[in-house]
Formats: sequence, C-alpha cells, structure tokens
Amino acid sequence: MTADIASLPPRRNALLRALGTMLHSPVGATGTFIVAVVVLLALFGPQVSPQDPIKGNLRARFEEPGYSDASGYYSLGSDQLGRDILSRIIAGSRVSVLVGVVSVLISGTIGVLYGLVSGFVGGRLDSLMMRIVDGLLAVPFIILVVAISGVVGAGLGTLILILGLTGWVTYARVIRGEVLKVREQDYVIAAYALGQRRLVVMLRHILPNVISSAIVLAAVQVGVTVLAESSLSFLGLGVKPPTVTWGLMLSDGRQYINSAWWMTTFPGIAITVTVLGVVFLGDWLRDFLDPNVRGRG
Amino acid sequence: MRAFILSRLIQLVVTMFMVSLVVFFMVRLRGDPILVMAPPNFDAEQIAKLRAAWGFDKPLGEQYITFLTKAVRGDFGKSFQANRPAMELVIERLGYTYLLAAAAAAIGVTIAIPLGIVSALKRNSLIDLVSTALASLGTAMPSFWLGLMLIIIFSVHLRMLPAFGALEPRALIMPAVTLGVGMAARLSRLTRSAMLEVLSQDYVRTARSKGLAQKAVVLRHALRNALIPIVTVFGLQLGWLLGGSVVVESVFSWPGLGRQMIDSINVRDIAMVQAGLFFFALSFILINYAIDVIYILIDPRIRFD
Repeated sequence: MTADIASLPPRRNALLRALGTMLHSPVGATGTFIVAVVVLLALFGPQVSPQDPIKGNLRARFEEPGYSDASGYYSLGSDQLGRDILSRIIAGSRVSVLVGVVSVLISGTIGVLYGLVSGFVGGRLDSLMMRIVDGLLAVPFIILVVAISGVVGAGLGTLILILGLTGWVTYARVIRGEVLKVREQDYVIAAYALGQRRLVVMLRHILPNVISSAIVLAAVQVGVTVLAESSLSFLGLGVKPPTVTWGLMLSDGRQYINSAWWMTTFPGIAITVTVLGVVFLGDWLRDFLDPNVRGRG
Repeated sequence: MRAFILSRLIQLVVTMFMVSLVVFFMVRLRGDPILVMAPPNFDAEQIAKLRAAWGFDKPLGEQYITFLTKAVRGDFGKSFQANRPAMELVIERLGYTYLLAAAAAAIGVTIAIPLGIVSALKRNSLIDLVSTALASLGTAMPSFWLGLMLIIIFSVHLRMLPAFGALEPRALIMPAVTLGVGMAARLSRLTRSAMLEVLSQDYVRTARSKGLAQKAVVLRHALRNALIPIVTVFGLQLGWLLGGSVVVESVFSWPGLGRQMIDSINVRDIAMVQAGLFFFALSFILINYAIDVIYILIDPRIRFD
C-alpha cells in the first residue's frame, strides 16, 4: 500500500508545484528572496564585502554613512575603530545563518523524536515525559538560555549547542499532539492489522504524517533562534569578539548611541529583515504543506 | 469545578517540582558548581572551604533534598554580591518587573484588540493590510533594538524621555512600549483570526438578522466567543514578556529581576541565579493557572466538564 502511494506522483512535480505556488504568493517569494540573499552573503561574504570587517582604520572612526576616503567608501558609516558597518553586517550574516540552521537541526531532531516516542508510547511514560517538558517550558526560553550560558560560558560553538539543546521542547509538545491525532487514523490501524511491528508503524506511518508540522515550526524557530543569538551576544553572554555578529554590533552601538546612530540602526535592520524573511517563508510553507489550504491559492 | 481547580493545583505543584530539578541541575551543568562560583584567584584551600560551606561535598541526592527543603521555605541562600538573603533581593526586584510587564501588557492589549477587531471586520482593506504589515514587523524586530531606536529618537534627539533608570514615572514609558509592541503584534493577528472565525458563525448571522446594531453584534455576540483563544495566547505572551524583560531591562537599566539576573550571572552569584529562575518560573506557572481559571469564567460550557 505504501509502495503504491510512493510510486504515484514523481518528486519533480512536487518541486515544480512548490515553485509555481511560490511565484503566485508575494509573501512566499519575498521570504525566499530575503533568505536566499542572507544565505548567499553568509557563504560568499568575503568575496563581496567592500572592506575588511575586522581591520580598523583609526583615521575613519565614527564616520557618517556615505563617507569616503583613500581607504574606501563607507556606505553605512563606520564604527568606533573605523570599521565599515556594511562589511561587518555582511560578515555577521555568517553567524546568524550558522546558529539558526545548526541549532534548529539539533533541536528539531531531538524534539521530533521525543514527541514521537511520548505520543506513540503513551501512558505513564508520556505523562512523565510531558511533565519534564512542562518544567522546561515554565522557565521562559530566553531566561533559561541566559542562565545556562552564564554557567557554561560563552562562545560560538557553546551557543549553538545551548540553543539546540534547549529549543527542542516546543517541537516535543507540538509533535506529540500531532502523533496523538494521527495514531487513531484508519491507516495506522490498518498497518497494525497487516502485522507491522510497532517501530515500523511509528517510523513509516506516523512520522511522515507529522513531519510537516515540524518543518513549519522549524522555520519559525530559525527566526526565534536568530533573535535569541543576537540578544545573548548583545548582553555579552553569547559570541565574543573578534567574531562579528549583529548582536555584538548593537552592543557596540549602544555605547555610542548619543553620537553614532548608524552603528545601532543598520545591524538592527539586518536582523529584522532576516527574521521577517524567515517568517514569510514559514507562513508560505505552512499554507503549502497544509492540504486544507493548498489549492485555494 | 472544584475538582478541576484542584487537579490543576496538583499539576502546578508537580510542575514546580520539575522546575526545582531544572534549577538544581542547571548550576551543576559543568560538574562542580564551585568551578563556576570561585573567583579565579582562589587557591585550593579556599575552594575547599567554599565547597564545604555550600555543601557541594555531599552526595548529589542529599544536596538536592537540602536545596528543595530550603527552597520550599523560601531560603535560597545568601547572595554573596549583596551579602543578603537572595530571596529578599528577588522580591524587591520582582515588583519592578511586574510593574513593567503589567504596563507592557496593558499597552499590548489596548493596541491589539481594537486593531484585530477592525482588521477582521474590514478584511483586506487598507487598515487590515497596514496592521498585517506592522504585526509582521513587530514580531521580527528584536525588542532590544526597538528600545535602542526609541532612545535615539526620544532621548538623544527630542530629549523628551529619560534613557534609563526608574527614578520618575515617565521612565516607565519607553521600556513598556518596547515590550508591549511585540505582544501587540502577536495578539492582534490572533484577535483577527479568532474574530474572522466567529463572524462567519450562524449565531452571528442570527444576531444580525434580528436587526441588532453592529456594535452589539460585534462586542456581545462575536467578541465574547472569540475570547478563549485570545486569552490563551495572552497568557503565553505574559510569559514571553517576563522573558523579554531580561533584555529590555538591560537596555533601559530598569531595576527589575531581569537585569538583576544578568548582573548575577556575570558575577556568578549562584544563589541569586537560582532564586531568580525559580521566581520567573513560579510567576509563569501562576499566570497559566490563573488563565485556566479565567476560562471557566468566560466559557460556561467548561464548568460542566
């Protein structure tokens, strides 16, 4: 039965359909465009960056946007060490993309498996597993992360791990709820009737039917994670210099907020636009993956 | 109804127990909490002394039981930075955080509910599109950045509002707006979709066909029924406000528990960190408990379950 379904529509069509609906959805297209630009900047930043994001130029400190001298053109101004803000924003995209993608992969994998087992096994194990989730969810996410980074110490790798190992709770709860719905479906009962083992039912029949919720949630969580990383770095509990991140740029900017507005304004716009792109993409994904909405355009 | 409230109360106690485990093990994530606490210039003897004073040399189970029995009585140990019981300090600071969160929630609700209702009534109109755009912006913007922008505009350029502290009532305005905007963004979207769903129901059509005025239909028939999801998200958002307060309080040097937490973490004041975490969690759990009770008040059907 599963073999029949799998052989029905070729994958290429699904991809084409995705592209087709995306072109018809301004929100989806905008989101994809923004995310693509940010990812490309993260990958090829050093090639397109107008200046060195780390090397300072003491003769060009606190210059306003549009300043230019022998060493170059500062389209978005320069910071307290004379570094080009635009080049630093480009360099900062790398950390945001890295943290967003890697920690969401970690938390998504843990959360989906946790929710799957909790919902599928049910009974006492389910209650116990959900009480653990309640306990973790009771401490607001950012406070938990702030406290853990304080105890464990800061740094890019640690930060990714912390965000990854704390973010799974949301998935666990959502996926468990979905599993509870799906496991009562006729096709699951049919799979049992055909003599399938429990593990096979869980992985082959239930997992594929709850994964779309996880994908939509993952898009939302990328945004949440990017915001969390910038907050932590801003508070001095995240990534440390000389690594360039948008949160650290804002923390620098805050010290010179009376004189150099561009130091705080532009990195914040970078964060906002990036998160907006991710949110748009997530909205479009949700509509696209939800069969009830699909086709209504 | 009494059974419902009682069962939720038991659940509340269980959740607090789980929180106590989280708080207990969190400071032990690196193994020995002394490594986190001790200043780098301490020698082995001083470290051993500190360890004994905190009871970290005892078996883990015993440490936890001591921690729990003391925590239940409100004893989280002494904050070494302030040289006072951590609990005292937390309660002092908590007032400021509650004040900020309440002001932010008030701003959020005042913007979100009317905007959500109007957006739903005039779907796809200009006002709906503008509020959708603003809501997306409000969710995507880091709250601390919005705070910094407000400081640039209202403190640096217009010199209208103080940029930090809590010395005068006006100082509450910018932090509260900063926190409230995020809530308004999320809540207005939800109010809109909840209202849209309710407005297409038969009883709303019946109310209209009876010739009731638009105001009565919207407020008495539609909004009352849309309230349940709105209240749920409002409760979750209050928790989000508590979390956001950590960052926003730091931006505005607001003397609440959030900023205190950051200070305590930076000097590794473990007693304060534990007490702070505990009270953030307790506040969050109590809010959710209150929301559950509010359900019963706004939805008579729940009473008979």
